[in-house]
Formats: sequence, C-alpha cells, structure tokens
Amino acid sequence: MRLQAVDLKLGYGDRIIVDGLDLGIEAGTVTTIIGPNGCGKSTLLRALGRLLKPSGGEVLLDGKRIDRMPSKEVARILGVLPQAPTAPEGLTVADLVARGRHPHQTWYRQWSSDDESAVSEALSMTGLLELGDRPLDELSGGQRQRAWISMALAQGTDLLLLDEPTTFLDLAHQIEVLELVRRLHGELGRTVVMVLHDLNLAARYADRLVAMRDGKVIASGTPAEVLTEGLLAEVFDLDAKVIEDPVAGTPLVIPIGTRAHPPS
Amino acid sequence: MSTAAITRTASSGRTIRAIHRHRLLVLAGLFAALAVTVALSVAIGAKPVPPAEVWHALTTPTGTESDIVVRSLRIPRTAIGILAGIALGVAGALMQGHTRNPLADPGLLGVTQGAGFAMVLSIMVLGVTSLYGYIWFGLAGALLASAGVFALGMVGGRSSPTPVTLALAGTAVSAFLYALTSALVLMDEQALDVFRFWQSGSIASRGPDVAWQVLPFIAVGLLLALFNAPGLNALSLGEDVARALGQNVTLTRAVGIAAITLLSGASVAACGALAFLGLVVPHLARPLSGPDHRWLLPYSGLIGAAALLLTDVIGRVVARPGELEVGVVLALIGAPFFIALVRRRKPVRL
Repeated sequence: MRLQAVDLKLGYGDRIIVDGLDLGIEAGTVTTIIGPNGCGKSTLLRALGRLLKPSGGEVLLDGKRIDRMPSKEVARILGVLPQAPTAPEGLTVADLVARGRHPHQTWYRQWSSDDESAVSEALSMTGLLELGDRPLDELSGGQRQRAWISMALAQGTDLLLLDEPTTFLDLAHQIEVLELVRRLHGELGRTVVMVLHDLNLAARYADRLVAMRDGKVIASGTPAEVLTEGLLAEVFDLDAKVIEDPVAGTPLVIPIGTRAHPPS
Repeated sequence: MSTAAITRTASSGRTIRAIHRHRLLVLAGLFAALAVTVALSVAIGAKPVPPAEVWHALTTPTGTESDIVVRSLRIPRTAIGILAGIALGVAGALMQGHTRNPLADPGLLGVTQGAGFAMVLSIMVLGVTSLYGYIWFGLAGALLASAGVFALGMVGGRSSPTPVTLALAGTAVSAFLYALTSALVLMDEQALDVFRFWQSGSIASRGPDVAWQVLPFIAVGLLLALFNAPGLNALSLGEDVARALGQNVTLTRAVGIAAITLLSGASVAACGALAFLGLVVPHLARPLSGPDHRWLLPYSGLIGAAALLLTDVIGRVVARPGELEVGVVLALIGAPFFIALVRRRKPVRL
C-alpha cells in the first residue's frame, strides 16, 4: 500500500466534509475518484497530498505518517497537481517545468545536470520540447495543462495526484491528457490518483475507481465492479443504463434522467 | 528518448546557459549604471564644485570648503541613498511577489505610518530631539506596525496571512496610525515640524552615523531576501503548488515579511516616506529579469539605488541655490511615470 487514509476526518473550519474515511492506494495503479459535486473528492485528494491538514485520523505514505515526514522529502516521493493552478505572467514553459525541481534543490545549489535531464525528459514526455521558450499564457488550454503535468513529472516522484486534470479541456485534449497519464503508468510505472468528472473516461483510463458521496466511500474496485446501474442511482441519483464500451470494453454510462432525491 | 529529442535537449541546454550569461551581463550593466549615478551624486550639488576639486576632496583632502562639502555632506548622502534605494527596491519586489499584486508597495505593511507615529510619540512623550534618537523609535514603530499587520492578517485561524488579508490589515493599521499621528501633531508644533520634514522624505543632512545605524538592519534584510527568493518562486505558482513542491508556506511568508519589514522599516526611519520607489522599481526590473525572483530581487535593488540617487541629483539642481527634497521629486517624476507604465502595458499578473 503506497498511500493510505486511516479514519480520516477532513473539513474547513467547523464544516466537516469527510468523517471517518478509510482508503488504500496500491502501488502501480491508476485510481480515479468519482462522485457528485461537493462529495469531498478534491478535499480527499488534497489531504492525501498533505495540502490539507486532517482534523482527525491520518494519512500514511509508504506506511509512515505523512505529516511527520519533512515536506521536501515527501515532495521527492509524491507530486500533487491542484485544480486550475495559476502562474505569473511571462513564465516560460521551461521555467515552469524547471520549478518542479524545487524539492531537489537547496538555496546554495540551484541547478544540476540531474535537474537539466529531468526537465528535458518531462518536456519530451509531454511533447512540449519545441515550446520550452514560449510563455505559458500564449499556449492553448491543452498545452498549458500538459506543461503543468510536465512540472509535476520533473519533480521525479513515482506517486502522482492530479485534481481534475481535464477541466476546461475539449474532448480531444482530455483524451490527450489521459493518454499521457496512461503512459506514465505504463512506461514509467508511476502510481496515479486523480479526480475526474467524466465517468466514461474514468472507466476507460483507470484500473480502480473509488466512488464517493457525502464524504464517504460508497464503492471501490475495478470500473466494471463499481460502475453499475445501482451504484449510479445511489451515488449520483442518476437513472442510467450501463453497457459495454464498444471500443475499450469498459463500462459505458448512458444517462436516462435524474431521480428524485430519496428522503434522507 | 529519440536522437532528435537528445539534439533538441542539448540545444535547450545551451539556451539555458545563454540566458544565464545574458542575465549576468544585465547585472553587470546595472552595477555600471549605479556607479555612474554614484559619481553624479558625489560630483553634482546645489553648490557647484568643479570636478578637479571633487577629485581633490576624494584623494587628498586638506580641509577646503569643497573638501568638507564633498566628504561630510555628499558622500554620506550618497551612502544613505544607495542603502535606502537598494532596500526599497528589494522590499518592493518582495512585497509584490508575496501579495501577487503588481500594485503592492512595501508601505502596505504599515511600516511608514508605524515609523511616523513612533517618531511623533517619542518627540512628544519622551522629548527626543536628536535625529539619531528618533530613527531608533521610527525603526521600532515600523517593526511593531508590521508585526501587528502580520498578526491581524492571520485572523480566522490561518497559519499565514493571505495576500488579501494582508492588504486589508495593512490598510486598516496604516489608516489608524495615521489618524493617531495627525491628532498628536495637532497638539504639538515641534512634533509637527519634525513630522512634516520627515514625511516628505529626504536623504540630505543625515550624517554618516545614520548610514551605519541602519546598515545592520538592511544587511540582515538583504540576507533574508536572498534566502527567500527560491521559496518565493515556488509560492508564485500558488500556495497549493508551493506546498506540493515541499515548500513551507508559513515559514516562507514569515521570512519574506521579516525581510520587507527590516528593509523598508530601516529606509523609512532614515529617510522618511519615499513614495513610488518600491512600487515602480520592480516594474522596471521585471522586463529584464523575467518572473524569477533570484534575478528580480538583485536587479530591483540596483535599479532602486540608481533611481534614488538620480532623482536626488535632479532635486539638487532644479531649484538652485535651494534644493527639492528627493521624496518630492520622486513623487513628481514617479507618479506620471507610473501612469505611463500602466497605460503603455497593463501591469503584469503575478
């Protein structure tokens, strides 16, 4: 188990969002967290990436409490890409990706040949070598997202948490980003946890799905185990048909309509 | 990696080295520009002194009138100008970086009003009369006000102030201290005179002691700023990304604010409010340095010092035989300059 949440309690101020959640992420898998808006999936991801301090319970990274490890040491094992990050104007793609090397640098030793090769590998992996000198704000949304993923790749961590990496992208660019994620897993053996909204893409590109509602894990397993008509009703209040994806063989969700909220 | 990719990588490696060389060249150019303004500041004054006599004063002083003017007035004045200019330039760049606000000024932390209030209080309550005396009080006031703004910025259980809470707290504390100061000076004419002179901002008639007095504070502030630069680069990608990169956000903010406080507090206590310098200088440095604080901070410091000395020299010659305070000239030149800057190119998003 690379990453583990034990009896996790999360919230902002007095508002409790997740209460008593347990979850384990196995090495070498792509796990996608799905769930309706406000179910706590981004909050959970932030806590797994120690961006949010739990108000109870703990997060274990390779069996050690993540909040007791030095932050720079964690940053060499675990990379996190938050939702819709922003960069200062005029920052070039290469500069952004170079900043991913931050946890490997000290203030007296700023740039090494390791940094150099990690940056160019990350740029070539995402197909951005040609765009290294371009300012980030001149790129298309898909290129920009790939640049941010390159930054997380240059960090050189074998665990990667991505919060909605496909938001604001058109379908082709969504596929592009998710294919990149698959390659990270396939070619580099990285463990990836991400939050996605599109259920069909989640089913196609993940090994495991975690379905959440109201801060609780309702189901987890392979896409075929999790994405059932019953679960869609329970988690999303959605009437839907689930058929086999004619291309990938994974479950394909055909929505019919919303259900009335069950009395609670 | 394919052969083509390796070739491209090698060429991108050269580009990085080329950029590095280019930035060192710019740094050397800024040093040269500062050297020129230092020479001007020593050579030119309200009282014309021929270059030969300036040289005489620098190399073989014999106590002539020109020797005294150059050695006891212009050199200390230049020294304090260099220190205050570097301090305000670096503090301005740090302030804009930490708040991610291109219109932020180091005064936003309340240092100016804090220093002013403490000086007036020291004159009225403790009867302090010497310049050295109220510089210490000014410095203490600046540090206290800034600490208050920092603490107020953390209300609501935050572990570090956000750019917005910092700006709100700074504005509130400044307005409050300014109101108190205004009330105090209405009651005391002597304090009003000192306050008015101090408020306009000047580097003249400070004497060499003042430079030595503020030097340690500025030196420590510059060290902290240097130490802060890589962390600030991470923070400029947002607090979440900075944390993900292993940066301690609270510590980085605290070190940055300590540096801003020491730098702007020392300069405000010694020279009064030098409007626009901390605000404008980073905008001049950024096109040369790009958004990398490891270069932006030294560039801003050098440009700040050169700009302050140049403005001061202008103030010495435009109203001969009198002088215009550098704070007044800075505002007169700085305001239209800043408007032009904003109109020509919208201020960059940080």
